Amino acid sequence: MKAGRNLRKAPMRQTIELIGEFGILLRDSVAAIGPSLFRGRGSRLSWRNLWLQMNRIGIDSLPIVILVMASIGAILAMQMAPELAKFGMVPVTAEVVALATFREMGPLVSAVVLTGFGGSAIAAEIGTMVVGEEIEALEAHAIDPVRFLVVPRLLACIVMMVCLTVVGDLAAIAGGMLIGGMFLHLNPVQFYEHAVKLLTVGDFVTGLIKAAVFGLEISIIACFLGLKVRGGAQGVGINTSRTVVMTIVALIITDLFFTTIFFYLGV
Amino acid sequence: MPREPMIELKGLRKSFGDQVLYDGLDLQVFPGETLVIMGGSGSGKSTLLRILMGHLPYDEGSVLIHSHELQDFSRRELNAWRLIVGVLFQTGALFNSMSLRENLALPVREHTDLPEELIQIMIKIYLQLVGLRESIDRMPSELSGGMKKRGGLARALMMQPRMLFYDEPTAGLDPVSSAQIAQLILDLKKKMDVTSIVITHDMKAAFEVADRMALLAGKRFHLIGTPEEFRTSKDPLVRQFVDGLLEGPLSPQSDQQAYEADLLHRDTD
Repeated sequence: MKAGRNLRKAPMRQTIELIGEFGILLRDSVAAIGPSLFRGRGSRLSWRNLWLQMNRIGIDSLPIVILVMASIGAILAMQMAPELAKFGMVPVTAEVVALATFREMGPLVSAVVLTGFGGSAIAAEIGTMVVGEEIEALEAHAIDPVRFLVVPRLLACIVMMVCLTVVGDLAAIAGGMLIGGMFLHLNPVQFYEHAVKLLTVGDFVTGLIKAAVFGLEISIIACFLGLKVRGGAQGVGINTSRTVVMTIVALIITDLFFTTIFFYLGV
Repeated sequence: MPREPMIELKGLRKSFGDQVLYDGLDLQVFPGETLVIMGGSGSGKSTLLRILMGHLPYDEGSVLIHSHELQDFSRRELNAWRLIVGVLFQTGALFNSMSLRENLALPVREHTDLPEELIQIMIKIYLQLVGLRESIDRMPSELSGGMKKRGGLARALMMQPRMLFYDEPTAGLDPVSSAQIAQLILDLKKKMDVTSIVITHDMKAAFEVADRMALLAGKRFHLIGTPEEFRTSKDPLVRQFVDGLLEGPLSPQSDQQAYEADLLHRDTD
């Protein structure tokens, strides 16, 4: 009976421990950003490593983000135009595309693409390092793995997520513009004028705030699950796919949280 | 005047869950000596190195580094300790995303402000020492097992350590590569006057490099002594391990009844 109760307790305890470890990694990583930017040897950030990560995470995702966001802009335009045409408001299509993209779709879709590209790559790379004793080797050389591995990936994900969102927003407008020109008798200038009509700085900024938080989320979940890899190649595979699933769930829940706050604040 | 030990273990106990790995380990490591720690697979030799590096906590007893308790070290003290120790991992543990040159440069770039030209000279000196200077720009995936170990050793030497820990330095290597590594351990002792702990169950290499030897068996050090004491010991456990005998105290005592029950899916209770 007692043993049965202990068995039932085990998953709950494991979950609480896991959340605690995740919290510690998040705290240590955020705390390491300042010193790694401004302190000297032994704790400084490797700029070369940061640049490498920004290239691998961001630049490689760029064509996919452009393709996906342009398609989403086009889809939104085609979905909205027939409904709005019933009220003689076809030009409003541009406003809908712009609002939906800047506030919602831009950051969220870019984050999902970055999760597939960057998040999975980070988890697999760090997991492979764990299996190959490379993390222990770093510690043996008095190099903090959080500062050396996590901080550059975290900064790269945040910066590139914001950049990708801006590019994705513009790509979606371009996609909508294309449909406007082809099917809705809206030339690019008209589409642009309508698109910016309702947009405020707040719409743009809230999208970028979301993007930065999404970047933090993607990197920290990927690094955490990478560092938690156990059991060789199989462990790397399991935690890599777990990274993608858990990050996407976390992104959508965070998005809901932000949207609720902005909704109440009227931003 | 008695020599002061560099490292001292007193009554060390370590367990993983219900499984007790050590119970009462006592050991002293003196400056300048090469101590070989031997033991069967799973006896906890590599775990002991992890404890000594501060990677793993221990349950009871003491690990004293120059008379200071390792578990009481602050982060700064632990890093200072790790900087005076070089570790050669079982696989070499080279960073796969970096070339051999970058692997060797990393600890020096991280912890010193030495000019890049000097770092490059040091890299060539240490790669020459381990016979890998021609492979300086190769990636770890392009190196053989023995080359990776020698590369890992060169990287461990870059911070000019006062102690070296070798974790199974000859495991999985051909006899020539094993002999090269054993010769390197001897050369380093002679040239750099380092204190070394070598974890191995390669008897040939062990007798070649050891000043003293310790045999880990039954959760304790069964015998600590000179290579000569190990050669001449009449202890059945020592004889079985050193001579690689099939029968003896280290052989698993198979439970015939349990084996039959397992084969026939019978409950033993």
